[in-house]
Amino acid sequence: MLACSVDSHFVHKIWDETELSKMVDGGVPFPILSDSGGQIGRLYGVYDDQAGVEVRGRFIIDPDGVIQAMEVMTPPVGRNFPETIRQIKAYQHVRATQGAEACPAEWQPGKETLKPGPDLVGKVWKVWKLEQAG
Amino acid sequence: MAERPGCARPGTVVPAADTETSATSTDSPQQEVPGMSVMVGRPAPDFEAPAYHKGSFTNIKLSDNFGKWTLLCFYPGDFTFV
Repeated sequence: MLACSVDSHFVHKIWDETELSKMVDGGVPFPILSDSGGQIGRLYGVYDDQAGVEVRGRFIIDPDGVIQAMEVMTPPVGRNFPETIRQIKAYQHVRATQGAEACPAEWQPGKETLKPGPDLVGKVWKVWKLEQAG
Repeated sequence: MAERPGCARPGTVVPAADTETSATSTDSPQQEVPGMSVMVGRPAPDFEAPAYHKGSFTNIKLSDNFGKWTLLCFYPGDFTFV
């Protein structure tokens, strides 16, 4: 896990010490990166030139360095980390099966996956029911 | 310059297209052009940046994490509310 904003690492330190550590025991366990100037943000398409800050961008990067998922939000709404964890687990499952299995809509860890192939064409309705949603 | 601690704020390092090649850019026809937006299924652009981590200052290079899953989160700013 890497967090990143345009603030300096000095400000990150004070923020962690004075506020975040009051919400997370011992402060946040992951590195907080400083991207003053927004170069990294520009690379990832999340730097807002007018505001001079990075918007809420979230990228899941696999062990090969490939971006598997991204989510970009304007600042006033926070993220939903259980959904991020669900996506990571789904991509890990797909990777573990070397792409032989896929995770359908509403998939949760432990739930049934799909095995894409000629036999499944037109038959998804047999293995995936609307009741699995929600 | 980057070696000297003190008041200077070390800058971010984004590899230039011709001076540095990352492991991820070599096997992709996609070129890393600043301002270019990223795409799922494509290599994550590499970078190196100063960071704060558990009481210390350190330098983080994205590609040092490859081999593991990485979650990269941008946010608007320290001391903002959400």
